Amino acid sequence: MKKLMTGNEAIAYGAYLYGVRVGAAYPGTPSTEIMDNFSRYPGVYAEWAPNEKVAMDVGIGAAYAGTRALVSMKHVGVNVAADSLFYVVYTGLKGGLVLISADDPGMHSSQNEQDNRNYAKFAKLPMLEPADSEEAKQFVGMALEMSEAFDTPVMVRTVTRISHSSTPVEMSEEGPPPAPEEPPLYERNAGKFVMVPANARRRHPVIEERIKKLAEYAETLPINRIEPGDDTVGIVAAGATYEYAREVFPQATFLKLGMVYPLPEKLIREFASRVKTVVVIEELDPFFEEQIRLMGIEVRGKDIFPMIGEFSPTLIRQCATAAGLIKGEAAQAEAAATSSAAIDLPIRPPILCPGCGHRGLFYVLREAGVLVLGDIGCYTLGVAPPLSAMHTTGCMGASIGVAHGVDKAKVKDRVVAVLGDSTFFHAGIHPLIDVLYNESTVTTIITDNSVTAMTGHQQHPGTGITLQQKKTKAVDLEKFVQSIGFEKVDVCDPYDLEGLAKVLEEHLESGQPSVIIARRSCVLYTREKRTPPTVDPETCVNCGACLELGCSPLMQAEDYVTIDPILCNGCGLCVQVCPSEAITQE
Amino acid sequence: MKKVDFLMAGVGGQGTILASNILAEVGLELGYDVKKAEVHGMAQRGGTVESHVRWGEKVYSPVVEQGEVDFLLGFEMLESGRWTAFLKKDSIVIVNRYRIPPPAVNLGKARYPSEEEIESLLRTDSGKVLWVDATEVAKELGNPAMVGVVLLGVLSKQVGGEEDVWLGVIERMVPPKFQDMNKKAFIAGRQIDVA
Repeated sequence: MKKLMTGNEAIAYGAYLYGVRVGAAYPGTPSTEIMDNFSRYPGVYAEWAPNEKVAMDVGIGAAYAGTRALVSMKHVGVNVAADSLFYVVYTGLKGGLVLISADDPGMHSSQNEQDNRNYAKFAKLPMLEPADSEEAKQFVGMALEMSEAFDTPVMVRTVTRISHSSTPVEMSEEGPPPAPEEPPLYERNAGKFVMVPANARRRHPVIEERIKKLAEYAETLPINRIEPGDDTVGIVAAGATYEYAREVFPQATFLKLGMVYPLPEKLIREFASRVKTVVVIEELDPFFEEQIRLMGIEVRGKDIFPMIGEFSPTLIRQCATAAGLIKGEAAQAEAAATSSAAIDLPIRPPILCPGCGHRGLFYVLREAGVLVLGDIGCYTLGVAPPLSAMHTTGCMGASIGVAHGVDKAKVKDRVVAVLGDSTFFHAGIHPLIDVLYNESTVTTIITDNSVTAMTGHQQHPGTGITLQQKKTKAVDLEKFVQSIGFEKVDVCDPYDLEGLAKVLEEHLESGQPSVIIARRSCVLYTREKRTPPTVDPETCVNCGACLELGCSPLMQAEDYVTIDPILCNGCGLCVQVCPSEAITQE
Repeated sequence: MKKVDFLMAGVGGQGTILASNILAEVGLELGYDVKKAEVHGMAQRGGTVESHVRWGEKVYSPVVEQGEVDFLLGFEMLESGRWTAFLKKDSIVIVNRYRIPPPAVNLGKARYPSEEEIESLLRTDSGKVLWVDATEVAKELGNPAMVGVVLLGVLSKQVGGEEDVWLGVIERMVPPKFQDMNKKAFIAGRQIDVA
C-alpha cells in the first residue's frame, strides 16, 4: 500500500521502521515535522531539546549506549550542534546515529541559505540526499546501517522541497524490529570515547581511513546510479534538483547521486566517458562540480546555473536554454499571453497575526524610540513597517550578546534586547549571564507567548509539557532570571500599552541590567478570540493612528477605517491607540 | 494518462494546505502518480502562500513549471493575480471573490487592484476565469474557514472524477465532527453556477 507523505513524515516513518528508539531535535523550518511525527510512533522516546547542540549530544549518548538514534534540525541548527558533530565523528559510536539537516535554499524561512553538504566534507562523515519521500524513508534505514557498519554518524540532507513536498511512500507490512528485552549494556571504552589529545591523535587516522573506505563503498551503492539516455549531455544531480532536471531533460543520461559525500570517483569517470558534456546541476555551492573538476574531468555547472537561491524546473529550463543545452521552445513561448497590461501588484509579506502579543510590545518600543537588538522567531516580524521596531537579527540568541556589545561601545541610544521564550531557552541564557557578569545596563525583554510559535507551536522547557505530551517541571522564567542575579525583573501584559510603556521607561532609566517578561499567549495556539471592536464611521477622523499597528483586519475604507470581524481577534490595541474614541469593544 | 497541474494561491491561514492535501489524495485515488509542494513556517503568518499539486503518469518535480498550470485556484483575489507566468493558453482559473488587503494597501501606500484588472491578468486565449463567492458560501454554512473545500467543489466540476471519490477523501482528511459540514461545503461548491 502506498501513502502520500511529506519528506519529513517519511523520515520519521523510516526512523521508526528501522528501529530508532531515541530522537531529539529543536524545532526549525523546514525540519520541525520530523520529530513531531516520530514522537507519535509507539515504543519510541522523542524530545524537544532546548537547542540543537543538546539534541545532538542526546542522540550521541543514546548511540554510545548502543541504541539507534535520530537527531533532526534545520541547516543553521547544525551550526549550533557542530561542536558535538565534530567530536562524534572522531569517537564513532555503537548504535546507528543519523543527523538530518533540512536545508532551506531560497530562504523561505531562514536567515541564510548555507549549503550543509559542506559539513560532510568539513566534519568528514558520509551524507545521503533523498529526492522524494520514498527515498527519504529508505535512506534513513541505509544511513543507520552505514553508521553501524562504518562506526560513524551519518548525515541525511533534505531541502525545503523534499521536507515539505508529499509523494507516495510504500508502507511496510512489517513493523519495526522488536525492542530489546534486556536494558542495553553500556560498554566503557575511554580510549575511544574520551577525546583527550592523546586519544584524539590516535583517532584521526582512523577517520581519514574510514572516509576512503566509504568512498569505495559509494562505488557499489545502488543509490548512486547511471540512468542511460542520449549521450550529448550527461547530467549529475541529487535530491530535489534531480527531479527538476528530469523534467527539463527527459532524454539525457543522468548520474543520480543518492550519496553526496564521499563521491564515487570510478563511477563518475565511467559516466563522463559515456557522454559528450558533463553538466552538474546543483543548488547553492559547486559542491560536486569542484570535486569532479579535481578528478581532472571537464565539467560545466556554475557557469550555467546560479549559486544563489532555490532552483525550479522553470529556472533550469531558462538557464539551460540560455546556455544552448536545450532548444528554446521554452515554456515561456508556450506560456499564455494573458492580456495583462503590467499591473503592479502590492506585495504581501508575512506579518504579525491579529491578536499577537508581540504587536503591543513593538508598538511601545517604536514609540519609545529605543534601539532594538532582535532575535529569531515570529517577533522578528516586528521589523516590518509600520512597526519597524527591530534593528538587528542574526541568529538564535544573538540579541542579548549584541545588545551587550552595543552597550559597551557606549552608544547614546537606549538599548534593549528582544527575544522569545523558546529562543531564550535555546541560546539566551549564556549572554544574559554575560550582561550580569560583565556589567552592562541592557534591558532584556523576553516576549513570552508560552510556546515555540513560528514553527507551529512546539513545547519547550517553559511550558511544562514534553514533546510526547507528558507533564513535566516548567522552568519559571521570573524565578530563573532572579536566581542568576537580576534584581530588576517585571512581568507585563503587552495588551496593556500604557502599563508596558511605563515599565519600559522605569527599566531604561534604572541604570542597571534588567529583564522584562512581556507575557501573552499565542492566540493561534490558545485559539482564544474576543469580540472584535467596531469603528463608528461618524466619529472616525481617519487619522491613521490605528493603522500604525500594522494589524490586517484594520482596513482603510473611503474616509474612515473598518475592522474585518473574520480576521480580527479582538485584542483591543486599536481601541487603546485611537485618539478620537471612534473604536469601541464590548 | 494526461498530466494535470494545479496551483493554489492564497494568504497564510486561509487553509490552502488542507485543500491541497485533499486534492493530492484525490489524484492518488484516481490512479495518478502525485506530488505536492508547499512552504510552511514564516510565510504562514499572513503572507503570500502557494501550494503545487501535480497529477501524472510519472511526476518528477513537486513544483509546477511556469506556463504549465492547468488549474489555478485563487483563495484571495490579489493572490490569484500573481501567477500569470504559470498559466498556459487554456488554463482554468477559479477566483474566490474575497479581498484581504496587504499592509501597504491598508497604509494607503499601494492600491488594491480591481476585479477587472485581476481578470485581465488571468484571462488567456482559450481558458476560463471563474469568479465565485466561496468565502460567503462557507460563512453561510457556518465557518468561513471551509472556503478551500467550497473551492474544491467548484474545481471538481471542472476536473471531473466521481463526486464520491472526492467526498470519500474529504471524509478521510477531516476530523469526524467537521465531516458533515465539510461535505456540505464541497457539494455547495459543486452547485455554484459558474457559467
